Amino acid sequence: MKGSLFGWEGRIAKFSVDRPAIHATISHCTIWKAFSRVIPAAQLSVLILDENRVRAAIIEAGLREAGHETVTVLSDMQGLMRQIVELSPDVIVIDLENPNRDRLEHLLQMSRMVDKPIAMFVDQSDSSMMEAAIEAGVSAYVVDGLRKERVKAIMDMAIARFNAYSRLRSELEGTRQALEDRKAVDRAKAILMKTRGMNEDEAHHLLRRTAMRENRRMGDVARALIGSASLILGDRE
Amino acid sequence: MKAPIRLGFIPLIDASIPIVAADKGFAADEGLEIELVRETSWANIRDRLAIGHFDAAHMLAPMPVAAALGLTPLDVPVVAAMTLGVGGNATTVSEALWQAMLRVAPDVVANDARSVGRALRLALRTWPGGKPTIAVVHPHSSHNYELRYWLAASGIQPGRDIELAILAPPLMPDALANGSLDGFSAGEPWSSHAARRFGGRIILTKSAIWRDGPEKILGLRAPWAKANPDSVQALLRACRRAATWCADKSNADELIDILAAPGRLHLPKEDIAAPLTGKMLLADGRRHQLQDFLVFGGGEANAPRRETAIWFLTQMARWGQTTLSDEARRRAEASYAPELFAESGGRAEPYRMAPITGLFDGEVFQPGEAEAYLTRQILRDQRQDPA
Repeated sequence: MKGSLFGWEGRIAKFSVDRPAIHATISHCTIWKAFSRVIPAAQLSVLILDENRVRAAIIEAGLREAGHETVTVLSDMQGLMRQIVELSPDVIVIDLENPNRDRLEHLLQMSRMVDKPIAMFVDQSDSSMMEAAIEAGVSAYVVDGLRKERVKAIMDMAIARFNAYSRLRSELEGTRQALEDRKAVDRAKAILMKTRGMNEDEAHHLLRRTAMRENRRMGDVARALIGSASLILGDRE
Repeated sequence: MKAPIRLGFIPLIDASIPIVAADKGFAADEGLEIELVRETSWANIRDRLAIGHFDAAHMLAPMPVAAALGLTPLDVPVVAAMTLGVGGNATTVSEALWQAMLRVAPDVVANDARSVGRALRLALRTWPGGKPTIAVVHPHSSHNYELRYWLAASGIQPGRDIELAILAPPLMPDALANGSLDGFSAGEPWSSHAARRFGGRIILTKSAIWRDGPEKILGLRAPWAKANPDSVQALLRACRRAATWCADKSNADELIDILAAPGRLHLPKEDIAAPLTGKMLLADGRRHQLQDFLVFGGGEANAPRRETAIWFLTQMARWGQTTLSDEARRRAEASYAPELFAESGGRAEPYRMAPITGLFDGEVFQPGEAEAYLTRQILRDQRQDPA
């Protein structure tokens, strides 16, 4: 559908070349700032942009637990601008793997001129929070004038959940790796038992000793052995 | 061995120089270790430079200027120490827009900026369904300023006659194919990719708009560069050697292998090979061998040109991103550091700015007369009748 992706941006982008429009919005910004300070905490609207649906769900759950009721997750970046305009979020949380960050920043910068001042990167003065956020792989944009501690609570939660997700993923990866290693070691042992007449303990011992001597993981030694065995013996074994 | 240098890059073919400096061992020969980090957005590069995750990065040539002027959400003091590539991007339109251009200008010559500009201006008169949308990769990219320059010089006002949007390069071919976009300008290999696999039509290459325009630069985090002058010089020597190596056509096959690897561009070799060797599938459906499509440089050709920083400043002011002032000019000049580059080649004489003469419409930019140049452009932009 033509225009669904860029319709809104297009309308807004034209203001970037219309110089007088920039000056005309200053009073508008001030009004918005005053307004945003009186919204109660639970009413903060948070938009989560993450193509990783699992991680997005973890963040969403965290925000809801913290009492934020207006939380929207967007995993599909089509119609991004329409969503931003409709939801009017106070905070936007985006993962750093997302290739749409440059586009988002541009949209926010443009939208500041017509609608609502929402292009501030999260608290530039707090470098430790920013560092923690970037290390965790998350970034956020907040409405200009939003109180610092309210943003901080959201960011702390997002950082913690991003880190928890990474740990979960690396644990899963570790388990998967261990399983594959075990399968490879079993096959390598079978090859050794068959071709060199070893029993299982001897085969295991040989693989272990080789791994230690070459400072490699046992799974890697096993895979190398399986590879060369198929070269020498063909695919029988 | 000095502390490793963390260097961020975006997977584009003009990231070749730092990649080769690391992967061919040129950095190691200088006693340096480069840790390359692949990134997904220019915003990530900027943020990681700002907090010190990166010491150096492959960056869009106007980015240090934009940072120096405070136009980015985050202030990153960064200096351009070397040009990493001249040329190397292209503008691609959809089949429908190309056909519309052909209908009104059957004699249109692909990659001739005047001819294509005329055809596009005529095609806009009959274009159905509002203005076409063309995406560029970043508001502070050479693509954005060159595309706007070319459109305006062709009698097409960006914003009024054509919508400009921002999108990440890898997403462009898809957006073109599904009709969300009518055209895009991006670094290679994305135009070639769109032309090969998605029916995109490459109407222009960067060198047809600006013959010797810098595309990417090596940006250094300013506090790091100040504290580590020896590492900076070693890095520049390694990158200069890499530039000469990349520019040597006999190394093309090996360079393609290096770039295709996981953790680098990680793309099919055939997608990298064509643009890297200047074999471009242009809108006319033929494969052209372009001599100056992407120039890696070698020797003094990689000096960061301060006059181009001033030119970017004039274009930022032209399109309403900032205003031209003496202070802005000082900041823009300081964001380019040709002195650092000269030092790495054993020369330390003061840098002398030269006029910019490579723009397709024959206009010459005198860096000392930026204000008059900008005024002339703005007056002309305002006078222009609808296309």
